[in-house]
Amino acid sequence: MGSVSLNTPPTGMPHVPEPDLHQVLTPEGHRRPDHDLDPWLEDLTPRRLAELHRDMVVIRRLDTECTHLQRQGELALWPPLLGQEAAQVGSAAALHAEDFVFPSYRENGVAYLRGVDPLGLVRLWRGSTYAGWDPREVNLAAQQIIIGAQSLHAVGHAMGQQRDASTAVTLAYFGDGATSQGDVNEAMVFAASFHAPVVFLCQNNQWAISEPVSLQARRHIADRPWGFGIPAMRVDGNDVLAVMAATRRALERARNGGGPTFIEAVTYRMGPHTTADDPTRYRSAEEVEAWRAKDPIDRVEAHLAALLPEASPDGDAGPGLTVEAVREESGRAADEMAARLRAGLAEITDPGPEALFEHVYAEPHHELERQREHYRLYLAQFDGEQLDARPREGSR
Amino acid sequence: MSATQDLAFGKAITAGLRAALAADEKVVLMGEDIGTLGGVFRITDGLMEEFGRDRVVDTPLAESGIMGTAVGLAYAGYRPVVEIQFDGFVYPSFDQIVSQVAKTHFRTGGAVRMPLTIRIPFGGGIGSPEHHSESPEAYFVHTAGLRVVSPSTPQEGFDLIRAAIASDDPVVYLEPKRRYHDRGPVDLAAPLRPLGPAATAAPGTDVTLVAYGPLVRTCLQAAEAAAAEGISIEVIDLRSLAPVDYGLIEASVRRTGRLVVAHEAGRTGGLGAEIAATVTERCFHWLEHAPVRVTGFDIPYPPAKLEHHHVPDLDRILDGVDWVLGRPNSLDSLDPFAPPRPLAAADGTERA
Ligand SMILES: Cc1ncc(C[n+]2csc(CCOP(=O)(O)OP(=O)(O)O)c2C)c(N)n1
Repeated sequence: MGSVSLNTPPTGMPHVPEPDLHQVLTPEGHRRPDHDLDPWLEDLTPRRLAELHRDMVVIRRLDTECTHLQRQGELALWPPLLGQEAAQVGSAAALHAEDFVFPSYRENGVAYLRGVDPLGLVRLWRGSTYAGWDPREVNLAAQQIIIGAQSLHAVGHAMGQQRDASTAVTLAYFGDGATSQGDVNEAMVFAASFHAPVVFLCQNNQWAISEPVSLQARRHIADRPWGFGIPAMRVDGNDVLAVMAATRRALERARNGGGPTFIEAVTYRMGPHTTADDPTRYRSAEEVEAWRAKDPIDRVEAHLAALLPEASPDGDAGPGLTVEAVREESGRAADEMAARLRAGLAEITDPGPEALFEHVYAEPHHELERQREHYRLYLAQFDGEQLDARPREGSR
Repeated sequence: MSATQDLAFGKAITAGLRAALAADEKVVLMGEDIGTLGGVFRITDGLMEEFGRDRVVDTPLAESGIMGTAVGLAYAGYRPVVEIQFDGFVYPSFDQIVSQVAKTHFRTGGAVRMPLTIRIPFGGGIGSPEHHSESPEAYFVHTAGLRVVSPSTPQEGFDLIRAAIASDDPVVYLEPKRRYHDRGPVDLAAPLRPLGPAATAAPGTDVTLVAYGPLVRTCLQAAEAAAAEGISIEVIDLRSLAPVDYGLIEASVRRTGRLVVAHEAGRTGGLGAEIAATVTERCFHWLEHAPVRVTGFDIPYPPAKLEHHHVPDLDRILDGVDWVLGRPNSLDSLDPFAPPRPLAAADGTERA
């Protein structure tokens, strides 16, 4: 792999960068030379490309399945990631297993790649639990709903790794809207001041619910970190290779003591903000269509088509890799995941009232114990009655 | 044409905002998603088209920024009305609220007023994810310099929002979000009235039941259910949480001799404790029983599938009523000296 070449601007010198959009794979699927990113893709084989394709296809299916599950009343809410598969797969693929990640609520694809059981996601979004996974098992913090808060946690975590002289580093995900929050700005101050081994990955999907990115930032978001003393790169977020290369480069820089890096992955949220949102109120169909032409999965397929034969000469998968085989394999992996998801739904039961009082404190708390006992006695009055058939509001 | 219309609670608040924007050009609405989208609950729907982008402002996604710039606007003579999208998102702006909004009038010896209205959809019951169902009122009630109100009916929604905006003090206006779709008559010509007085939502003689915001309706249902059992409950709708209108509560408790306070927020340090203590101080000799609180538990607001256990429903409120009346209730068997017993798990087994 190439050498780390990101440099903080010399102090005292005004730096007014105009970061270009780094792109390795054009929307038509052509490979473009990129001086900064190519060294980080030297190990790329068609097989690896096929794996990235598979991961994006599986994650898209996970997303559509969960959107359907929400419509069917199985989930209370779902924040679709449709259109952001390359940003999530590319960045997550660059991580080492021991690296630690702080996500927002939309990184459900990242969660899948980190090894989170999709049923954990389903439990989380149906409101059965706040904990869809054990953060220490998958090196992924609990999802964060407070916009931007996780960016500070990531910096602090990286400061811990720095103290431990660990080779692992930390990655924080957030959106374009989050860059307006004090927390994200304070995170950049701390990261720069303490030279923390952290990577900020901003998925600029153009919208913060109804608010366009132009309301959060009047220049490219990637311009801002320079002012904090953090080098930044703006990459095509629908280009899985560009995102992977940029993230590898930034993670390696952090690993080698180079300090924080900021990546702005320019992408687009194709769906609503969440299943409760109506994007037609604030954006045009033309805008959405224009982005459809930059689809991250189509782009990889087009590239594979240029690299590989469409099908093997004798019609079956044959010894060599074919586009057809890649599509089939990815589709099969998506089907398997979807089947597992559907089958697992049956085992999901709602938590009982005892879950209310668990884990509020790590050590016994006598007032809460009293409230728990009171509630137990209260429920005991209904023994014999079907609890859920009890009248709540409306009648008695 | 009558000025009284049948409106959903949320739309009544919209009507109040519209009236305030029309009445005073210094009124400015600010918040995330309130312009083009009309707010995630559509409370500001149509107001940007009607009054323009300078009066209804989509702000960057930064609560401290919203609150701090509102303080500056108030310094400049404006009357900002800020929307915090959900209760759990008020905390990034908490420092500006408690350190700046609440204290500027005092700190400047009365020279600078902070006629700021902070609208917060609050409380649970809509199956939301984390941080979308909280009841943060105690923090604000505890902060001198702030007024805190919560309407419980569409008419109150309309009246209180106008009163809050007209007030020269900063007002935290807590909107019971799970009641946004409740409908009721709203007199759009109702005169502007001051913040403060509580209201008797239902008269009664046996027990005084105090609530505010989302639980008022639940308490009225509890009163109805109790009436069928021959118990007469007087329901008092607080409307103003800071200051509390103790006159009405005291007069009621002196007649009934019994007080139950209900709220969704956790018990410890909650408004119910304050009301119970104050009523005990002032009405001790009239009380037949110690005041009782029916509240959420001292836990973080739970996931959606558990919230029906946490938020007091009419049965839990009636259990509290039974307690102050000395009727059989779940607290009978709660031995204050007994060590806690494990709660039975859902499948009937005892917890380890
Ligand atoms: C502190 C805070 N304020 C408001 C919200 C409500 N909210 C949830 S998502 C969102 C938009 C976030 O936009 P962005 O940061 O660009 O991320 P994206 O959803 O586009 O991934 C808002 C305003 C919140 N969750 N937290």
